[in-house]
Amino acid sequence: MADTNKAVNNGVNVEALIAAREALSKAPQAAQFKWRAACEWKDGTHSHSTVEGFYGLGQEQAHKTTFKFDADHPEIFAAADKGATPVEYVLVGLASCLTAGIAAVAQYRNIQLRSVKATIEGDMDIQGILGIDSDIRNGFGGIKVTYDIDADAKREDIEALVAQSQKRSAVYDIVTNPTNVTVVVS
Amino acid sequence: MSRCLADRSIDHVLLERGEVAHTWRTERWDSLRLLTPNWQSRLPGFGYQGNDPDGYRTLPEVVDFIAGYAKAIGAPVQTHTTVTAVRRTETGYLVRTDRGDWLCRTVVLASGACNIASFPAFADRVPRSIATLTSKEYRNPGQLADGGVLVVGASSSGTQIANEIHRSGRPVVLAVGEHIRAPRVYRGKDLEWWMDAAGVLDERYDAVDDIARARRVPSLQLAGTPDRSTLDLNALSGIGVRLAGRLAGITADGKAQFAGSLRNMCALADLKMGRLLDLVDEWAHANGLDDPTEPPLRLPPTLVEATPPLGLDLTSGEIKTIIWATGYRPDYSWLEVPVLDRKGMVCHDGGIVASPGVYLMGAVFMRRRKSTLIDGAGDDARELSAHLESYLAGPALRMRA
Repeated sequence: MADTNKAVNNGVNVEALIAAREALSKAPQAAQFKWRAACEWKDGTHSHSTVEGFYGLGQEQAHKTTFKFDADHPEIFAAADKGATPVEYVLVGLASCLTAGIAAVAQYRNIQLRSVKATIEGDMDIQGILGIDSDIRNGFGGIKVTYDIDADAKREDIEALVAQSQKRSAVYDIVTNPTNVTVVVS
Repeated sequence: MSRCLADRSIDHVLLERGEVAHTWRTERWDSLRLLTPNWQSRLPGFGYQGNDPDGYRTLPEVVDFIAGYAKAIGAPVQTHTTVTAVRRTETGYLVRTDRGDWLCRTVVLASGACNIASFPAFADRVPRSIATLTSKEYRNPGQLADGGVLVVGASSSGTQIANEIHRSGRPVVLAVGEHIRAPRVYRGKDLEWWMDAAGVLDERYDAVDDIARARRVPSLQLAGTPDRSTLDLNALSGIGVRLAGRLAGITADGKAQFAGSLRNMCALADLKMGRLLDLVDEWAHANGLDDPTEPPLRLPPTLVEATPPLGLDLTSGEIKTIIWATGYRPDYSWLEVPVLDRKGMVCHDGGIVASPGVYLMGAVFMRRRKSTLIDGAGDDARELSAHLESYLAGPALRMRA
């Protein structure tokens, strides 16, 4: 672990997280969150989604602004390419979640980060989504994330940051474990 | 604890539902050996007498050792006496058994941490054609049908059971979740020797950053291998055991689902092992042991295939048996004193339970990291019996019903 006398600042308020953990362990009801998004079809495979509110700590919460996302398919799919594909949003989700985790764990372990860059790639055999071969899944065959990290720590400590981040990552869990999905028509 | 109470002239009785060393006799598999070397079972006034101090006791030897100790200290054991309830009274506690009631001022809960074998809720989705056993019910490969076996859990029990079953000619798929990897022998000495000498096993519960987390850590992947070889995932892959990720679910149509996190589970285990061995190396260096011991060496990283299986069709006939090696938990169904938390575990402070006059023995990291080891009972008993003695000597407590 790095010298604890040096002030490490990765911008993560670890004290607040520790206090939250302490408080929530005594009030598990407050730990029940609901994350939401709304999606509206535009044209073709183009849709527009917004994220503005979520539920947590016992009440409705709102983001500072409404976040907006356009999703579409690329031109080689005979589409208009007005936004990233939904599967690319999943890759962004995974990379973002892991990266945030690395920053939090580094702060907690007193490791100064200078630069953290991830490249992420998901393999996909589109015979799955095109229904050509039922033995081929719709989703990714595999996902690979490569981290390029410049930090004030030994290689083993950096690897440990990355391993711990996966251990506590929500999106990593969503992608690597089964999740019940219910879709209804109102 | 009985020995320590006797040393303090405290009148006591031990209630045992079977014979002395009951669970060792009835709830473990046949080939089990202790994972701690023989010299490392030091009970108050009683240690290893044989000529193989670095070996690992077999089950019958463990039974003899414990029964021998009970006899040597003249422990007042009431055998074949099952406790059905423990309740508070005005002046102490009422202990109901199937052979009569006891009234007492203090109670020591020494029923252990491994009464019930845990398994996931979705176990009820296992197809009827597949036999299932927990690590508590498993005895030997002869119990099992021929054909493939899915072993769920890769800690101490899971790895040993997977090894034995695969070697019996039944191909094993091992579902691997969180685990702790460790070499059996390091720099020429038993890992338990290092952990004892370097003070790791003596680490106190109140000196640890997050004791709740430390108490949930799975058991070390160590086994009492007669040849002192390391039984890790590489050893298992080496004999042909197939590794899969944590068993995450079973679908309604009988398909097992494995998590896609195997690579990270193995990376975490390798990194943890590295940190433990770094600690050992630092201690060895600081204590002048660099010369007489072999130089530091690291085991190769755990090998994970490029695309581990994410599913297994349990209806295909490939798997004939599933063994749940997914941990144990204590049974406190008879404990009617309000000291259980929302997870059913006893609330205690280093073995001093949250009800005056009640004490705990043998819980995970109860007072020290070694609290669950036979070798840890002595120090815990010495300290808790001192507390118990001063409790008895203090003003009599009147407890409201």
